[in-house]
Amino acid sequence: MRCSPKEIRRIILKQSKRAHVGHIGSALSIADIIAVLYADTLRVPNPEDPERDRFVLSKGHAALALYAALFLSGWLDEEQLDTYCGDGSLLGVHPEHALRGVDFASGSLGHGMSLAAGAALAARLQRSPRRAFALLSDAECNCGPVWEAVMFAAHHKLSNLIAIVDLNGQQALGYTQQVLSLEPMAARWSAFGWDVHEVDGHDLPELRETFARLDTTSGPPHVLIARTVFGKGVSYMQSQIKWHYWPMSDAEYQQALNEVEAAP
Amino acid sequence: MRGAFANTLTELAGRDPRILLLTGDLGYMALEPFAEQFPERFFNVGVAEQNMVGLATGLAEAGFIPFVYSIVSFAVLRPYEFIRNGPIQHQLQVRIVGVGGGMEYGSNGLSHYGLEDVAVLRTQPGITILAPADHQQTRAALLASWDLPGPIYYRLGKDDKTTVAGLDGRFELGKLQRIGDGADLLLIAMGNIASEASAALQALAARGVACSLAIVAHVSPAPIDELVGLLAVFPAALAIESHYAVGGLGSLVAEVIAERNLRCRLVRCGVHSLPDGVTGSQRYLYQRHGLSTDGLVATALATLQEVQ
Repeated sequence: MRCSPKEIRRIILKQSKRAHVGHIGSALSIADIIAVLYADTLRVPNPEDPERDRFVLSKGHAALALYAALFLSGWLDEEQLDTYCGDGSLLGVHPEHALRGVDFASGSLGHGMSLAAGAALAARLQRSPRRAFALLSDAECNCGPVWEAVMFAAHHKLSNLIAIVDLNGQQALGYTQQVLSLEPMAARWSAFGWDVHEVDGHDLPELRETFARLDTTSGPPHVLIARTVFGKGVSYMQSQIKWHYWPMSDAEYQQALNEVEAAP
Repeated sequence: MRGAFANTLTELAGRDPRILLLTGDLGYMALEPFAEQFPERFFNVGVAEQNMVGLATGLAEAGFIPFVYSIVSFAVLRPYEFIRNGPIQHQLQVRIVGVGGGMEYGSNGLSHYGLEDVAVLRTQPGITILAPADHQQTRAALLASWDLPGPIYYRLGKDDKTTVAGLDGRFELGKLQRIGDGADLLLIAMGNIASEASAALQALAARGVACSLAIVAHVSPAPIDELVGLLAVFPAALAIESHYAVGGLGSLVAEVIAERNLRCRLVRCGVHSLPDGVTGSQRYLYQRHGLSTDGLVATALATLQEVQ
């Protein structure tokens, strides 16, 4: 199976329904970004290769999108995928580092940016062409340590560091503009000295091409400010706060699946 | 101790290119030997300790052995969750180096004291805690431990002159070091306050009280069996630490006594109350909290009277 957004969304819906858990909207929001990363962008011959690119899902609560990509990349079998949120499973709500293909555990927002900066610095010190990617939520940028790492990476010109901000405008209890304004997001990263790209986080060619043309050998670190729709692909979840935590009923699941299947 | 640490680390870095040193903008007149000899492996990350630990986690995942350096409270308490979710959870070779354990930053006040660092890190399985007693033991402890698997916390002092009589720089992983063979009372000390404990040992001997001193530099995992062996044969013990009385060495000894059903009377000599804003030298603060040589001698004599 290809690591396509449609497959990722199918898996997100199926597994969150089976496990009766939430965080569905957050995972759907990054399905396209994850697909482009795993199908076209990350250089990961296998998860054990020390020269692989590193990836930190800093918004760990969207782990189901990552599990889907690991499964579709062939690093996780279906039997294991079906243990999601079960007793004794390595596939919890947030990614555990013990799971094959997870470079760093996450779940505590604000942590991943500095992990990725460290991974990028390590590659530079080892004169390796590998890169480090961190996928952050927009609300995660409420956290101070994100900006500590952002400053460090710019100061040291970590051109092999690529951040992606999932700008879906929502957080657990409200819309980001109401909770703690993050705008102007792009200007903030730019002011910190980063190479900023504002993209449509659901436009596959745009994402692919943007990643492909980043200069990861010299210059500043890069950030894609990816405008996304929370719950993308499922009409009744889109931009609805309750789908941060809410699990689906049978009817809701069926409708969600129908919409995802019907999408191009 | 920080001088011994910096010099020994510089030596080790000459042997192993995996060693890096990160500082949160501290270490003036201490870290220069490393910075000058290995400028490409030395990073002043600025006043950003959470990021410092996060960076070290990313570096260690790629095979480096990063040492991160700051004053105890900034090295441990500010980035505590980053230590927990980073090097501890991932079992990576990050070394947290805290300088000024206890009240060594005297006049700087509570913000600069390290009074609960051992307590909070001791709750975490999967991190080695080393609190050497003097600069000689600091060197020995670093040489014995620097490439151990998993993370390490080094709790250091600033003093590179004072030595603990009879310790002679001894250190062995997982062991305590005994000084003296008196059987009247057991003194147990952690960190640089061991010099006060050692002075108390001598002062008590002059009064005819024969004590033994156990230096617990390898705090976690604790030298349980050796502690049991000692606590089983002494009528009373003083746990001496420049640390809050809850959670540190005294609590560790209490756990051993309770769980092994020993009959030793324990007195926890530590900081029992919130510092009230009155500052001064470490010596003054030791006196204020009953941790000076005289204070320890008085506590020892009172304890002996109680148990006899």
